[in-house]
Amino acid sequence: MMKKEQAAQLKWTGAKARRSALEMVYRATSGHLGGSFSICELLATLYFDRMKIDPTAPKDPNRDRFVLSKGHCTPALYSILAMRGYFPEEELGRFRDIDSFLSGHAEMKHVPGVDMSTGSLGQGLSVSVGMALAGKMDRKDYRVYVILGDGEIQEGQIWEAAMAAGNYGLDNLCVIVDNNNIQIDGTIEEIMSPYPIDAKFEAFGFHVTRCDGHDIMSIDAALTEAEETKGRPTVVIAKTVKGKGVSFMENSNEWHGNDPNKEQYEQAAAELDRAVEEAGKEAESHE
Amino acid sequence: MSKISTRTAYGEALAEIGANEDIYVLDADLQCCTRTEKFGALYPERSRNVGIAEANMVGIAAGLAACKKTVFVNSFAMFTAGRAFEQIRNTLAYPHLNVKVIGTHAGVTVGKDGATHQCLEDLAIMRSIPGMVVLSPCDANETRLMTKAMAEYEGPCFMRLGRLDVEECTNFLPDYRFEWGRAAKLYDGADVTIIATGLMVQEALEARKILAAEGIDAAVLDMHTIKPLDSEAVIEAAKKTGCLVTAEEANILGGLGGAVAEVVSENCPVPVVRVGIRDIFGRSGDPYALMERYELTAKDIAAAARRAKGMKR
Repeated sequence: MMKKEQAAQLKWTGAKARRSALEMVYRATSGHLGGSFSICELLATLYFDRMKIDPTAPKDPNRDRFVLSKGHCTPALYSILAMRGYFPEEELGRFRDIDSFLSGHAEMKHVPGVDMSTGSLGQGLSVSVGMALAGKMDRKDYRVYVILGDGEIQEGQIWEAAMAAGNYGLDNLCVIVDNNNIQIDGTIEEIMSPYPIDAKFEAFGFHVTRCDGHDIMSIDAALTEAEETKGRPTVVIAKTVKGKGVSFMENSNEWHGNDPNKEQYEQAAAELDRAVEEAGKEAESHE
Repeated sequence: MSKISTRTAYGEALAEIGANEDIYVLDADLQCCTRTEKFGALYPERSRNVGIAEANMVGIAAGLAACKKTVFVNSFAMFTAGRAFEQIRNTLAYPHLNVKVIGTHAGVTVGKDGATHQCLEDLAIMRSIPGMVVLSPCDANETRLMTKAMAEYEGPCFMRLGRLDVEECTNFLPDYRFEWGRAAKLYDGADVTIIATGLMVQEALEARKILAAEGIDAAVLDMHTIKPLDSEAVIEAAKKTGCLVTAEEANILGGLGGAVAEVVSENCPVPVVRVGIRDIFGRSGDPYALMERYELTAKDIAAAARRAKGMKR
């Protein structure tokens, strides 16, 4: 089990990524905050603890892979990648600019650390199946992680890919569903309910586990369970809050893809600054 | 001369190059028809049948290619170029991954299966994707050469193949030479150039004979690569013969005819008469009867050539 002090560090990292994501979107006057905020702890745990990666060798054939299938949540992903050392953090200040390599959606050709270009929903799981299959065929022991949105799993291709992952028994594949319950037009139940998500994946041959997507210890336990599961892929259904950390953004589809005005930005920044400060204090109290 | 379909020649060539351990082959339940069975039998560990799920097949190919594999994905053109268009566009071509998309059973010569399976749009839609190489071989020999060349090329490609057995021709032409990205000049001529692709090359060769009997000297250009188009060869032909005919077993909108017209109108405006499916769906029927019905025969190409010649200034 992960040590408390390590979890506190990761929580701090997640809080900083959230603050950074806000800055990126406010400056760019566009981008997706709600879904970025819901995956900050997941990304912090993956990139700063779980995955076998080396930012100085982003193309290492033996590295663990990560696919952000909900590819619009680059404010969180790029923040984490920069903090992890894949590219200078200053570049985040050029997010979505015409001459920046940080495009709106995740892009593998120009962003160090991005393993697959995504953005068009529903395709990342298929790609992850291909990567996991390559690992099996090459007898490499890397793992493949993919984050899906819970709205995204309305796409039929997700289930084509899930069927393949189950059939191929890809135990090197860990699917994480960011279950924040909200898509751009409303709650996923209002629009087209994918529930029960667990029973669906189970029926497709997955081992199913759950976690609190904002609790590092809970995420870590689920990822460990996934790693220990043999003979079949695992899906981690991460219960999350869309817009997590900013009171007026939480659980609101309004903040799927809107950028804040100055007043909103200032309030959000104050709330997130406070969270960073508290997480920092907590982390430092363990040192 | 014997007859063999381009899909069959492709399957043979794929098996021949299969010893290359980077090559992976994916199918969506049509191995028997796309002729990848031979590869599958020889290299089962590098062959996967993903079931009837073309979009997923393209995604899996992207994942394999991101792990440095050279991947061939196979199905009917309708289901690769057609159904999986957006996956090809965003997940293969945008990251420029090394995946070869194969579309067999293209055109009306699929025959009796009818309109739902006769893909006429593949050349136009694949050509509109940035960085995509679009290939359309005419016979078995060219398909074999192209398959091998495609495996050497690093990047996304689409190759259009047919179901129908077609005459071998390029291996019987002394001057034929396959060169990646360059049109193959099959015959020189002074009065009109017929630029053909796929099985329309054979029809173009027949048309040349018909025209010769009337005293019209037609050049024949085998445009096996629709993109990047060998615009040099097109411009040269336009300058030399002063008029062009294009011939393809696809919708005349946006395919070979469109590509040639674009180059000619911007560089050397001369009459271009397009032979192809005239923006309608196909139907069930015998392949040859369908070619007659949709005016895709040597006779139709010859008529187009006369028209083009008559339009010369």
